[in-house]
Amino acid sequence: MNFEHNEDRRMLADALNRYLSEQYPAEYRNQAAYGEAGYSAETYAKLAEIGAIGALFKEADGGLGGAGPDIHLVFEALGNHLVAEPLLGALLVGRALAEAGTPAQKARLEDIVAGTALAALAHDEPANHYELGRVATTAVKSGDGWRIDGAKAVVPFGDQAQLLLVSARTAGAVDDEAGISLFLVPGDAAGISARGYGRIDGGHAAELRFAGVQVGADALLGAEGQGCALLERIVGYGLLALAAESLGAMDKAKGDTLEYLRTRKQFGVPIGSFQALQHRMADMLLEVEQARSAVINAAAAIDETDRVTREKALSAAKYSVGKIGTLIAEEAIQMHGGIGVTWELPLAHYAKRLVMIDHQLGDMDHHLARWMALSA
Amino acid sequence: MDLQFTPEEEAFRAEVRAFLKDHLPPQLAAKVKAGQRLTRADQEGWHAILNKKGWLAYHWPKEYGGTGWTAIQKFIFDDECAMAGGPRLVPFGLSMLGPVLIKYGNEEQKKRWLPRILGGDDWWCQGYSEPGAGSDLASLKTTAVREGDHYVVNGQKTWTTQGQHANMMFCLVRTDRQAKAQSGISFVLIDMNQPGVEVRPIRTLDGDAEVNEVFLTDVKVPLENLVGEENKGWTYAKYLLTYERTGIAGVGFSMAALEKLKAIASRVQRNGKPLAQDPQFATRMAQVEIDLNNMATTNLRVLASVQGGGVPGAESSMLKIRGTVIRQELLSLIRRAMGPYALPYIEAAQFAEYDQEPVGPKEAATAAAAYFNYRKLSIFGGSNEIQRNIISKMILGL
Repeated sequence: MNFEHNEDRRMLADALNRYLSEQYPAEYRNQAAYGEAGYSAETYAKLAEIGAIGALFKEADGGLGGAGPDIHLVFEALGNHLVAEPLLGALLVGRALAEAGTPAQKARLEDIVAGTALAALAHDEPANHYELGRVATTAVKSGDGWRIDGAKAVVPFGDQAQLLLVSARTAGAVDDEAGISLFLVPGDAAGISARGYGRIDGGHAAELRFAGVQVGADALLGAEGQGCALLERIVGYGLLALAAESLGAMDKAKGDTLEYLRTRKQFGVPIGSFQALQHRMADMLLEVEQARSAVINAAAAIDETDRVTREKALSAAKYSVGKIGTLIAEEAIQMHGGIGVTWELPLAHYAKRLVMIDHQLGDMDHHLARWMALSA
Repeated sequence: MDLQFTPEEEAFRAEVRAFLKDHLPPQLAAKVKAGQRLTRADQEGWHAILNKKGWLAYHWPKEYGGTGWTAIQKFIFDDECAMAGGPRLVPFGLSMLGPVLIKYGNEEQKKRWLPRILGGDDWWCQGYSEPGAGSDLASLKTTAVREGDHYVVNGQKTWTTQGQHANMMFCLVRTDRQAKAQSGISFVLIDMNQPGVEVRPIRTLDGDAEVNEVFLTDVKVPLENLVGEENKGWTYAKYLLTYERTGIAGVGFSMAALEKLKAIASRVQRNGKPLAQDPQFATRMAQVEIDLNNMATTNLRVLASVQGGGVPGAESSMLKIRGTVIRQELLSLIRRAMGPYALPYIEAAQFAEYDQEPVGPKEAATAAAAYFNYRKLSIFGGSNEIQRNIISKMILGL
């Protein structure tokens, strides 16, 4: 039993935190996150250079780590500094390539790890509510390859990604888990139209429409019709990443709120001297520690071969951070009072991110129900 | 980062499990699992079994008859005992007075009292709370006045758990009425078998009578029964309370309660289906299980941080709050699972000796009583509000 990270991981986390503390202040972040592209290409390149993307992949796949605690540490640091850059897409698509790619497909990992190509998972659809097995987009055999038709919803950086990983139905009914296939599609393929927009928590996303998009036979990733299991596997990495990101953001929100309680005066005394607020702050602390335990459990389970054990730990973590992250966001705003609802306050942007994490890859209700179904 | 127990720890777990299988009397385990009340003989019997093995005072240093186990080993032991239905050890001598004597007692006191705790010769009780001093313990008013070779003690203690069995009490008394609250308190050992000591039971809301009021009128305490220095008792009292909170998360007890809840929910029916398949009930069960799994890891993290052999500091307040809330939620769900059968209350059915046909499901007899009784978890040992004060002051620095 050992809860310490090894030295390599601590060094990476230190380097990452140092860089972000020095070079990624709130104004800089907000300018990029709420700007045209929704991120800073310069920052993304620098994160790749430090090894933040590489740490998400195994050495055999051109990375520097790739284990649960690596993903945990990187995303906790990203959350702590409210990083808007598209590392989640790199993780999801990159791990899919690593898990199921042919040698030629795996070759694309190099640009993803280097940070020179953006990648995005295009799975959710306008009629979806986080289900992995519900896919209306279709892919039918056409010539030597496939023709894809359909619509994908809220794809992170979907109009800027060079590489899209698209789920499409090659057989079965709309909600059959069997018959889903995954395709690697260039972002600029003919027939894709994108409607891009900013996100409320910063960053960027897009609605993608696929109208007769023609791809080659080599676009199919993994076995035809067997994509749902792979989807679950890579979304699992995403759940760990988002849970860790949430933890990092919670820690920061908690710290900022504590500082405010110490310095803000009302009735001639620091508001932190009021027991009503002290107790709520104590509850925030212990909830954050519960979330940390959930993330540690998920990181330990990510490579567990027993599916139920692994997926339960991941859903438990996402459920926990969904519930706790929302609580921390609301409490942090409330304890800040009026300033808490202003754009000017960095904490307000953390609060938005904390709540929005619950809207990615399944919210607390989704993951509680999933955990229960896995337990049955 | 490695959440696995080491092979040595796993071997230790197997050893504990094997011991419990061979030595924990099945009737006793059945009582504990059913939530039935334990007799004095039940508790003394279990202590004697553990003492014979050398595992009774497992958190004491080896030289005093302890085990020298690591924090993780202690956790494993607690966990296995709870899952097997081992009774909770009576903490007053073992977990409260023992550690205080070991740290602050003189040689003579250690030699005299520690072996008697192990041997079960004394039944200790705790004289801390008073009618006007609960969470605000330092405002206690019981006085001790020095007269020759002894103190004369006058006052009233309350919430004295199992005081009806006790022949000895460790007690906080005021020896300096001029000093400010915390600094005039001393820690003394009182012989309960003497004139002037009167124990009156307090009936708790579940109908049980395990707590008492203790009236002290001109009670004599020899000076040799003063622990540590006069007027320094608050330091010892606080040390004791920290010690009391190790293991306070009660993860093992909650795990056992969860098992029980699941068994009940798979049997009791609602709408013609097991309660475990009722969406709302199943959701509540899932929420508390996830919370408990998180808590178990939080608990291990705190233990790992004190592997050196210390006791957790303010972090134990965190464990206390969360651990007690989870355990209370589990007891609440067990109560709710009984439906209307939570209502009947048959006093005799609180005991294992009850041989009549149960009314409703067999767990129903104790479900509501246990739920009400364990509301105490978030009150005793420093209420959860006091724990929040401690977190606020010691961790958050507010």
